[in-house]
Amino acid sequence: MSTVLEIRDLQIRRGKNIMVEVDHLVVEQGEVLAIIGPNGAGKSSLLLAVALLLKPARGSILFNGFKITNNSDTQYRRHLGLVLQEPLLLDTSVFENVAAGLRFRHTPRPEIQLRTETWLKRLGIEHLRQRPARKLSGGEAQRVSLARAFALQPDLLLLDEPFSALDAPTRLRLLDDLHDILSETDTTTLFITHDLKEASNLGDSMAVILNGKLHQCGTPDEIYSNPKDDDVRAFLGLAAN
Amino acid sequence: MDLIKTIFSDPEVWQITILSLKLSGLGTLISLLIGLPLGTLLALGKFPGRSFFMSIVNAGMGLPPVVVGLMIALLLWRSGPLGSLRLIYTPSAIVIAQTVISAPVVTGLTAAALQQLNPRLRMQLMGLGANTIQVVGWLWWEARLSLLAALMAGFGSVISEVGASMMVGGNIRYQTRVLTTAIVLETGKGQFDFAIALSVWLLLLTFIINMTLTWIQQRGVRS
Repeated sequence: MSTVLEIRDLQIRRGKNIMVEVDHLVVEQGEVLAIIGPNGAGKSSLLLAVALLLKPARGSILFNGFKITNNSDTQYRRHLGLVLQEPLLLDTSVFENVAAGLRFRHTPRPEIQLRTETWLKRLGIEHLRQRPARKLSGGEAQRVSLARAFALQPDLLLLDEPFSALDAPTRLRLLDDLHDILSETDTTTLFITHDLKEASNLGDSMAVILNGKLHQCGTPDEIYSNPKDDDVRAFLGLAAN
Repeated sequence: MDLIKTIFSDPEVWQITILSLKLSGLGTLISLLIGLPLGTLLALGKFPGRSFFMSIVNAGMGLPPVVVGLMIALLLWRSGPLGSLRLIYTPSAIVIAQTVISAPVVTGLTAAALQQLNPRLRMQLMGLGANTIQVVGWLWWEARLSLLAALMAGFGSVISEVGASMMVGGNIRYQTRVLTTAIVLETGKGQFDFAIALSVWLLLLTFIINMTLTWIQQRGVRS
């Protein structure tokens, strides 16, 4: 197994406030790492920093062993897939939304057609292909957003609480589908959530961020059976020692 | 009625109309070429003095055409800094003045249109691997209805102005006489009927152009 993402001594600030600090974090090839913590813990800031959409105050991000700099931002981002909390679909058809990232990469037309159709079908939205994307329901829109990211066949998929705005039944269905797709495609994923169930269902490993600090990293079993400190224990809802 | 017939059958009125549309159209087009990228830079860029430049543009949206006319006239006057270009009292001078009037309007409204978009949309586009040009292209598409409104406002500000055209164009028959300056001339001569007929014709033209742009805009809303 090779390391896809390595974060070293990263600090993200907003003004004088430290948003998040991560001493060391590694994501291996094919791993789904769930970054978990309460709202406002700094999880999304970390994900945006990984996507070079937020400039860290210090530290470095290594992608496939190479240090990422702002000079190579677009080329680097073309290895990523990004799904945010809101689907943020473009004002065009569902098909064009799914194809957008491929068009940005100047992918040949037949391949765009093939990949887009494949992922529309895989996410169960092929019947919506010509529909205006802005007229979809929340669940449908998030499926389009996922299809758009998977169609890129990303080396690293970044998911920022993609299901938090959805109702429970829709969320569960999408989670099941995402679980299956991630298993089938072996996509290396960084998955942000504040939901413990989502994290342990989807994540091969978990990283607990509390008050802007990475407290513990390990498999869900390791973290549940051996929480590092009282803060992690309290967050997991476990009785104190 | 007879007067309207006279207006439509008068070749000079047609010449004035075509010249008005040509000059104001060109002024708006140049404003668009300046205002669209500049407004985008102001809306999306992060650089020192951005708020200051934004204030200048916003103040420029209310520039009195007469003041613009005076400034451009001083620049283009034979003894002025650009006098050697011999542009004063030419159609080019009118285009320059009209560009100065409408460029801040287009710039300011472009910036406002882009700032109204969800800021995370830009992040999402970048996250999808879009380069700067692709990001800007899509943001323009997303803001297209407001950008069309900026175009209409820019055109409206120049087709209807009279002060600047009069000062830098000189209202020379067959050369720099446009609809608004012709209306002022006819009013000055006491030819109120002809002035009113020209005004109605100007209003009608403005309405047709704006109706076409609005139709395009609202088609975008429906789709």
